[in-house]
Amino acid sequence: MVHPAPSTFTGAADVISVLVLLSEFAMLRAPLLRSQIRLYAFQSLVVTALAIVVAASQHIGELYVLAALSFLLKVVIVPAIVLRFLSRAEVDLAGSSAFGVATMTLIAIAVSVFGFFSIGALHLRSTALPSTALAVSVAVVLVAFVLIVLRSDVVSQAVGFFSLENGVSVASLVVASGLPLIVDVAFLFDLLVAVVVFGVLMRVHHGRTKTLSTEPLDQLKG
Amino acid sequence: MNAILVALAIVPLAATILTWWTPRRASQVITILSGIMVFGLSLSLVPTTGAGRFLAAGPVLRADSLSVVFLIPTTFLYGATAIFTAGYLHPPEGEAGRRYTRRFFAGINAFCWAMVVAPLANGLALLWVAIEVTTVISALLVAIDDTDGATEAAWKYVLVASLGLGIALLGTIVLYYAGTRVFGASYDLSYGKLVAGAPRFPKDVVRLADILAVLGYGTKMGLVPVHTWLPDAHSEAPTPISALLSGALLATSFYGILRFFQISVRAIGPSFPRNVLLTFGLASLLLAALYLLSQRDLKRLLAYSSVEHMGILAIGMSFAAPLAIVGVLLHVIAHGFAKGTAFFGAGAVVRKFGTKDLRRIRDGTQVLPWSGPMLVLAVLALSAMPPFGLFRSEFLIVAGGLSDPPDAVAAVLVVLVTLAFFGLSWFTTGTMVVAPRSSHALAVERGEPSRFIVVAMVLGLTGLVVLGIHVPGQLSGLLHRAASELEVAR
Repeated sequence: MVHPAPSTFTGAADVISVLVLLSEFAMLRAPLLRSQIRLYAFQSLVVTALAIVVAASQHIGELYVLAALSFLLKVVIVPAIVLRFLSRAEVDLAGSSAFGVATMTLIAIAVSVFGFFSIGALHLRSTALPSTALAVSVAVVLVAFVLIVLRSDVVSQAVGFFSLENGVSVASLVVASGLPLIVDVAFLFDLLVAVVVFGVLMRVHHGRTKTLSTEPLDQLKG
Repeated sequence: MNAILVALAIVPLAATILTWWTPRRASQVITILSGIMVFGLSLSLVPTTGAGRFLAAGPVLRADSLSVVFLIPTTFLYGATAIFTAGYLHPPEGEAGRRYTRRFFAGINAFCWAMVVAPLANGLALLWVAIEVTTVISALLVAIDDTDGATEAAWKYVLVASLGLGIALLGTIVLYYAGTRVFGASYDLSYGKLVAGAPRFPKDVVRLADILAVLGYGTKMGLVPVHTWLPDAHSEAPTPISALLSGALLATSFYGILRFFQISVRAIGPSFPRNVLLTFGLASLLLAALYLLSQRDLKRLLAYSSVEHMGILAIGMSFAAPLAIVGVLLHVIAHGFAKGTAFFGAGAVVRKFGTKDLRRIRDGTQVLPWSGPMLVLAVLALSAMPPFGLFRSEFLIVAGGLSDPPDAVAAVLVVLVTLAFFGLSWFTTGTMVVAPRSSHALAVERGEPSRFIVVAMVLGLTGLVVLGIHVPGQLSGLLHRAASELEVAR
């Protein structure tokens, strides 16, 4: 069976989504919270680039607006908020994780392979659709879960949630590029509200425990 | 442009803004008035939507029979909780107290606003946005007491629920993709369009969307195994917030699942969506029944009872008979009334005894002459005893399960519900009826903490008795109409 050569759009979308996945892996192993946030900003920048690629190749003018907003929010505002919180909290090392870096990476590889093949099993054949990019975005979501489960500090967990949203954004750009702009903007606004609430709760947590680790959060059981 | 829908979306928002500025007494009055008004407005929608019409205001707001079924418990609890809060809240003196009160009332109005807007949102995308807004506002309300427990519960809640909603968003986008095969690349996710086009959606894609949606919204609904945040948040939140979380917010998330169900049954037939819900429902009911047998904390007991009832709802949706779906929808309403009332009673107990520990609460019906017995009644209502609404709704669900065709799951349902009843009533009778025998019990004076608490509970129980003895004709019409929305044409 001969596969036709991928179109420029498909190729670009695939490359970009793989970059998003790689930055997710990098976040998983970043020892400094600051570098984790910079990686998140980089990942968001790549997602913004994907929005521009989709806008240009499918001639959807609205997506340029979305790209601008997404750049402003996810590359500038969210990292700035979290970095400011970190410099006030005067903590920079990420909390110890349950496993070493090598084990975490192996687990992440395993779940992303799972995500990749489970989407492959759906046989979504479409000429317009870069199904590789969709599969990779599901892998991003799953690796974000690994990040949240294995890292035990509130900043990593919050960044894990924000990067999960990046994974969903990739999926929405490749399979639902025609989503009305108002809906996309509502999603972004929602992310902004969530960031503020995460920020408030992180500050409350740090104020009470003087640490960013989630280890004190084990009182409620049963 | 339907004025009632617009009013429903505006009144709680106006109350949010006003209560941010007004002093405490004014905030109380505004919140109560807003709650009562919104409840009245929702009831006024019953006759029209029950007759099968749907109402719209612009492209954003839309109400059909299913929306109104979910509006009723939410708006009732809005009003009742506002009344309860007037008696429950004891903020500290001075500036700190003023700040607390301001956040509390503005927060509770904003929370209810998001829960009222969710069932009115026309389309899966806006629905998702509204439900995510409920999460962030309620997470702040869970944390408002600023104790270690509240901070921990709020962090777990916001993290787990946001992740769940991330999955639900993925499900929404996958469903959007399914729709592009029918409607072309760009369309809005409004219900009318999705329901009409669903039979032509690609089946594999809809299956994926359905699972993602049930997993995602199921996280907020408290379905096992993604319920882990629920007992913590419901027990550590201030009691008015617990009542709203348990009675209204869980139902709102279930509404999200039902909208996906409505589309999925048309696209891929009923058996797959039913089986997905059955799996989650059985796990929830089993685990909750076991946890109910070993609780030491009054509010956690009620929280696990919520997991149990969400399990019953999910199982009820898996039965083929239309009767069971009518039962499920009635159960949503009755559970809201009963769980709210039970939490109000728990609030009175906590105020009086100063603890949630079931081992240290004794003789509650003597100490609390009104709210004590009413708490026992609310727990009996939650255990589906007649003459309360949950008796009727669980009866309908089981009867539906045993007929057309008989389903062995109905028998399992009865066994597990009995187990849950045992746990719930064992601890409640132990704390409320049994006289103190050890020195652990606190010596407390007889009397009610506040008349407002009693009023809120009387309202809840009245609603439950009405639903149990005779469901008003128009409401019954509404339930049947909404159930038919969820079925495939036979």
